[in-house]
Amino acid sequence: MSVTNLAKAESPPQATGAVATRRISLQRQQQIWGWVFIAPWIIGFMVFTFLPIVASLIFSFTNFRLTRPDEIAFVGFANWARLLTDPILHTSIEVTMKFAVIALPLSIILPVALAALLNSPWLIGKPFFRTLFYMPYMVPIVSATYIWGGMLNTETGWINRILISMGVPGPNWLYDATWIYPALNIIGLWGVGNAMLITLASMQGVPTELYEAARIDGANALAQFRKITLPLISPVIFYNLVLSIIGIFRYFEVPYILKEGTGDPGNATMFINIHFYKTAFSFQDMGYGATLAWVIFLMAFVATLIVFLTSRYWVYYATGDNF
Amino acid sequence: MAAVPAPQNQDFSVMSVQLRNFTAYASVTLFTGLLLMLFLMPFLYMSLTSVKNREQIIDSARGSILPMDNASITLDGAKLDIYNVPLPDGTTEQLALLRAGRRESVFVNPETPESGEIVWEGNWRQLAPVQIFSPQWDNFGEAWRGIRFPRLLGNTLTIAVVGVIGTLLSSICVAYGFARFPIPGKNIIFLVLIGTIILPPQITLVPTYAAFAAIGWTGTWLPLIVPHFFANAYNVFLLRQYFRQLPKELDEAAMIDGASPLRVLVSVIIPQSWPVITAVALFHFVYAWNDYFAPLIYTLGKPELQPISVGIQAFNWVYDMQPHLIQATSLMGLALPVIIFFMSQRVFMRGVVVTGVEK
Repeated sequence: MSVTNLAKAESPPQATGAVATRRISLQRQQQIWGWVFIAPWIIGFMVFTFLPIVASLIFSFTNFRLTRPDEIAFVGFANWARLLTDPILHTSIEVTMKFAVIALPLSIILPVALAALLNSPWLIGKPFFRTLFYMPYMVPIVSATYIWGGMLNTETGWINRILISMGVPGPNWLYDATWIYPALNIIGLWGVGNAMLITLASMQGVPTELYEAARIDGANALAQFRKITLPLISPVIFYNLVLSIIGIFRYFEVPYILKEGTGDPGNATMFINIHFYKTAFSFQDMGYGATLAWVIFLMAFVATLIVFLTSRYWVYYATGDNF
Repeated sequence: MAAVPAPQNQDFSVMSVQLRNFTAYASVTLFTGLLLMLFLMPFLYMSLTSVKNREQIIDSARGSILPMDNASITLDGAKLDIYNVPLPDGTTEQLALLRAGRRESVFVNPETPESGEIVWEGNWRQLAPVQIFSPQWDNFGEAWRGIRFPRLLGNTLTIAVVGVIGTLLSSICVAYGFARFPIPGKNIIFLVLIGTIILPPQITLVPTYAAFAAIGWTGTWLPLIVPHFFANAYNVFLLRQYFRQLPKELDEAAMIDGASPLRVLVSVIIPQSWPVITAVALFHFVYAWNDYFAPLIYTLGKPELQPISVGIQAFNWVYDMQPHLIQATSLMGLALPVIIFFMSQRVFMRGVVVTGVEK
């Protein structure tokens, strides 16, 4: 200690200055290296995200068609005005909402319920169950859609066979404008593994002392779950909810593959993203397509914002986040 | 534990606690097991349906869930179905129906047809046919040729592997930049990066597609590959979390020895990071295998370029009424990702947890 102090005191002032400038230049050098390393993402963000978002906005004021790119012209707010009179847009918003009304509560409840079951002290063979409940998430969406298309077949599907064996007449899942929504949610349920795994990991991170203290205070299992587990895993519930909201606005593959893009039965599967796809790519109306994209963006933004704003009332953060 | 004074009815209470424990273990595990069976049932449905023929599928609305056929023998060029025939002496024998009649029918013993005709009195329609398990393995050959599996596999592997290389090269660099270097405004830049996760993809799609069309990239694999050479939020996040917890002393020692930051990345950071690099490679591979929307729009009208996702869908839209081929192609589509998952589940699930919990 004293030696270093002495050495510092005795070192000539110009040497300290030299070290300082070398430090600064080293600092600058490090900064430059930093920029070089993150450059791929900065460039990618500009080219594939930022500029396209701006371009989408510009496109929404034009009549751009890929088939006739030379005839592009500004049309003012015509595309935006068309939103108000586009009957399929209104149907598609309604369809998306009908789906979301079931899907969002499920996306909160099911992963938590399944994780709680897999976290139970009474369960034997936890890694086995965890792996197998996760596994269907790995099934490619096209395969999963076709497997469930068969499972939900009115005559030969196993779901209806099970229902009939219990004395319940099975519904016409995929051809009924009401039953199609539970059907699509059953298909989506197969991918619960990812959210379940994240929730489970978060549950396992809850300090056991808290449960011990609660037990000493006489709290039963349900009270412990409500007062300890749920608050401490709420950040993960929040994360799952945000991802589900985004997932609903980009929901496409299952209804599109199952119904061959027709929107059947009776436009009940004309989700907003399918409407966007058909407008922009099937009909090549890219001006209006870009407008629809902006509508989806704004709706997703508002929905996410609401969740973010309410999060401080129900999401518990033990420590300040450390980015 | 031994120091605790023993309660009076020790044997009894220990026994009842053990019994209660056993009941709890048994009921929770049994319930979870049943739930799992229900959850995995679609795999069984797919497997069984994929080896049925059309008649067996129609039968499966009521009859067996297995691919069963009526047993039969061929006698003098005629196909004779075998039935369970109750005989007057109370036994039941499996006999082949030679001549059907309403009051009486003539049967032969299927093993020794030359031993003579057996006349049976009663309505043959009330007899139960003998069924044998007869899976239609040929379905897989038909599906294999129908979707041109080797071509789809080759396309998918090419797109996936080049994408893995791209995303690894770029994401490792970017994550290293975020983990180790003092960039002004780094936190804000990183927040923007994470923010791209919740951006609806439609918002960038129209201009991106138009730009790719303008430079002639639509109808090629380039739009499916090139963007992955510019890093993505999930992978950068995962890698950065890992890099940050590596000890800095090793990098600093290498730097003092005159190694450039790039050299440190290649010789110090990467050799310590194989688990997370493997996870990112696997994530991207599975993502590329699964990806449907981008190949749908960019390989439109070019079946020779389609990856497996679009190829299976295109085939099944054409052969809509053939559930057995649909299920056979589904099985072919999911086999590889599921096998990869089982082989690397530890690395895989760890990666999922890091991106989910630590954010």
